[in-house]
Amino acid sequence: MNVYLLSLLVFSPLLGIVMVALMPKKEERTIKQFGFFGTLPPLFLSFFLCSQYYSGVALSLFDIKVNWIRFGNLEVYDPKLFTVNFELGLDGLSLIFILLTTIISSLAAIASIYIKQEWKGYYLLFLILEIGMLGVFTAENLILFFIFFEMTLIPAFFLIGRWGFLEREKASYSFLIYNGIGSAVLLVVILILFARTGTTNIAALTQMMTMGGVSLFAPISGSMKYGLCLAFLIAFAVKLPVFPFHSWMVRVHAEAPPSIVMIHAGVLLKIGAYGIIRFGMGIFPEQYKSLAFTVVLFGVLSFLYGAFLALVQTDFKLVLAYSSISHMGIVMMGLGALNEAGIQGAIFQVISHGLIAALLFFLVGVLYERTGTTMLPKLGGLAKSMPVFSGFMLACGMASLGLPGMSGFISEFMVFLGLFKSQPTLAAVGVIGLILTAVYILRAVMLMTFGKTNSLVEKEKWDLKGLEFVPALVLLGLIISVGVYPNLLGGPLQGTIEAMMLALGGR
Amino acid sequence: MDWNTMLSYNWGAMMPEFIILGTAMILSILDLFWPKHFNRRKLAWLALTGIILACLSLISLLSFESVSILSDTFRLDSFAKAFKLLLLFGAGLIILLAESYEPQEGLHEHRGEFYYLFLTALLGAMIMSSSGDLITLFVGLELLSLSSYILVGIRKHDLKSNEASMKYVINGGISTAITLFGMSYLYGVTGSVNLAEMSRTMAALTDGQLQYIMGLAFFMVFVGLSFKIAAAPFHMWAPDVYEGAPTPVVAFLSVISKIAGFVIILRIFLSLFQTASGDVFGALDFLEKNNIYIASLAGLTIIIGNVIALRQQNLKRLFAYSSIAHAGYLLVAVATLGGGYFLMDTVWYYLLAYVLMNIGVFAVIQLLSSQSGSDDISILAGLGKKSPYLAIAFTVFILSLAGIPGTTGFIGKLNIFLGTFITEPGHFVLAGIMIAGTIVSYVYYFGLLVQVFFRPFHSDKVIKIRSGLYTVLIICVIGTIIFGVAPNLAFDFIHDQFGDFTDFISSK
Repeated sequence: MNVYLLSLLVFSPLLGIVMVALMPKKEERTIKQFGFFGTLPPLFLSFFLCSQYYSGVALSLFDIKVNWIRFGNLEVYDPKLFTVNFELGLDGLSLIFILLTTIISSLAAIASIYIKQEWKGYYLLFLILEIGMLGVFTAENLILFFIFFEMTLIPAFFLIGRWGFLEREKASYSFLIYNGIGSAVLLVVILILFARTGTTNIAALTQMMTMGGVSLFAPISGSMKYGLCLAFLIAFAVKLPVFPFHSWMVRVHAEAPPSIVMIHAGVLLKIGAYGIIRFGMGIFPEQYKSLAFTVVLFGVLSFLYGAFLALVQTDFKLVLAYSSISHMGIVMMGLGALNEAGIQGAIFQVISHGLIAALLFFLVGVLYERTGTTMLPKLGGLAKSMPVFSGFMLACGMASLGLPGMSGFISEFMVFLGLFKSQPTLAAVGVIGLILTAVYILRAVMLMTFGKTNSLVEKEKWDLKGLEFVPALVLLGLIISVGVYPNLLGGPLQGTIEAMMLALGGR
Repeated sequence: MDWNTMLSYNWGAMMPEFIILGTAMILSILDLFWPKHFNRRKLAWLALTGIILACLSLISLLSFESVSILSDTFRLDSFAKAFKLLLLFGAGLIILLAESYEPQEGLHEHRGEFYYLFLTALLGAMIMSSSGDLITLFVGLELLSLSSYILVGIRKHDLKSNEASMKYVINGGISTAITLFGMSYLYGVTGSVNLAEMSRTMAALTDGQLQYIMGLAFFMVFVGLSFKIAAAPFHMWAPDVYEGAPTPVVAFLSVISKIAGFVIILRIFLSLFQTASGDVFGALDFLEKNNIYIASLAGLTIIIGNVIALRQQNLKRLFAYSSIAHAGYLLVAVATLGGGYFLMDTVWYYLLAYVLMNIGVFAVIQLLSSQSGSDDISILAGLGKKSPYLAIAFTVFILSLAGIPGTTGFIGKLNIFLGTFITEPGHFVLAGIMIAGTIVSYVYYFGLLVQVFFRPFHSDKVIKIRSGLYTVLIICVIGTIIFGVAPNLAFDFIHDQFGDFTDFISSK
């Protein structure tokens, strides 16, 4: 049973896919219900895994490994050469990402009630997307990782391009091309590693790259290792996205349907951070260490750049988009700090931003549904017509700017704690961003909730109701509980971070 | 050669060829004597039966040791078996496609010719994959070429079809002449036309002068064959011919013809030039020294194919350029020799993927263009709403052509990449071009999907699918997905059946 649990988790959305596929096209209500139910099996399975973890079961018990593809005919040398296994595994880091994925997916499925047309296609793609995300975080070898990674790309392309706002096709194209380039770089790195070592297993590669194994074929030279590490960083920097590679993500945030942006900002961007931690840092610790300054530099750049641009946006969606770039900058800063506080802070920031961004975009969806706009000048005085909504918005904004007691505070605090230890100058420059963050978030929230009441928002009965409370309350609850009791995340991460620090030479 | 030696040959090795030849003859006689009003569409089923029988006889031959008959001019080795299987499989699918062809003006009045010319072309390709001799190789090549010239022009009242046929004849004629000229040099250098014997002579050659002539021969043969596989800069004919020819013929050209082109390239290059020495000391082998030329042609082909495809509005022209690009990817495998470990299975697997996805795409194009009477990209518009299952099938093929994971196209590309990286120094530039080409190809492939899913449809005509075409679609979709998710089905098959293709050049 244990062995199949992970495969069951990853592929459990298939159940929902079959159910939705069997529905007639017009049954809007049933399709939406089934689509939501489809996200429940992975949710419960991930809860079950989590409870197993907390009751002390070793996560490695859930690993599965089955022979899958054998390239070439090199059995004479070693039957394991050029074999790609179907192998899924779990550790503390991936457990947290899995939980984030399943929770946000279920909530985004609820937020999808606003989808106006072609529900069937929407939910099918949505559930395929979930399989891809779950696979990415459990894959134990690079090829499998890449396959699941691409599996998130294609549904997302259609979801953005079909169900988005006015400029949706342009957004989906730039999503596809940027991510295509990113994944092409990723594929090249993966295949160079595979061709030169004969394996893609992450643990085996880590072993080989750090200890130096003997290669049957052409070796990987020292300078090539730097190149590969850098290429990993670039590939995932596109996904994250970091400053010069960010333009696609702004478009996606502005044009994709809000429920998909919840997934996109909440989980998909986080694959970039996960990849840097797992592969850049994990497989090439030595090389990563010497590139750390650059990582921090680009982190600070994105942090400030995103914050400055968020300051002047008139569309609330764009404020949030640039704020995402800015917050991903914090992740890079933490990852480049090379110490326990920094890395832990970065992972906290990933999770915290996932929750906050999901909630903010859920609220954006609600807002757009009511008013048909997200332009700040057109809004105003929402606090009168939608008091509960405005309350959530304010709370979420506070979390985003790092109010103590919310998740955002913990992560930013730890990142800066770590960074001041290792790169004090850059950290000092970065602090400016913290102030800017406070300014742009307060500006946006104030413009929306207070100020003079706009004619658009005069009606009374527009506040949150019924089902809409579920995502709002769950996400806000999580944000606050992580903020109050950070060990909720710290516990599972402990092992992973310790191993990471050991490889990085500790400090 | 007396009667007894004739009888002593193991004619069973040629069984698949005999079956195809016999079917072609029966079809031509039937076509002659059947009354005019009789529907020639039924000939398709006879042709299909012939192909299936040939396939079965080939399968029964799989377990046999490799043999060569007719004084080593005809070989049935692992290479021949593997590629003949592909050819027969592809041909069977295309026959089904042709059976469902319902043009405005076209095949139905010439159906008879179509089927037996198709079979003779197939026969030519099979003989090529099985020949151990330059002469049989050339005869096979000509049989294939001549038949396909007529096939292209089979819509004889259609101006475009005529133009395409004319262009194809002239281009093909030139390329054949160049190839033959190159072969004559090879004969001059070695004094033999038997590949095995030639390879022995060439391996022993260390005279600089002769090696120079060998180089000339290499260039000419390579240039001539580049026409056949439509590699840049010798690709100009492909878009025009594809545009003018009827869709089943286009599928035939882009699949069978291409497989045959790679078969002859592998046959000649691997058996002759790989063993030949490239310098006077005999240290470097010839192909290793000269693979820069193959590599640059591969790079050029990928770039030209993908970049020009971006601007195409005609589906057939678009897929002409797309198939040029795919020829480029395959040339990468040839240029790098699969890194020494992955050549045969890489090329074979990629061609299998190519058969499945390309015939699938042409099936959809044939269906839509015969119903709307146009080849414009816009005939795809709204397919997702009008006929979702057809749209999903089309999406699978396109994703596979674009090399997205989960499809055969991805595994095929992956295999090629492995070959480029495994050697030291790796072929990084070539790999870079290939990956950049793939990204560029996303733009036009996904442009098609945008038409399918994001655009509204123009006509309300219900799409009727004939059973033959339906079968092709189902086989191609299932194949593309199955071999993409569980590629080991194919890999294990070739490794178990053919090993390392070690009997490739060893004579007898």
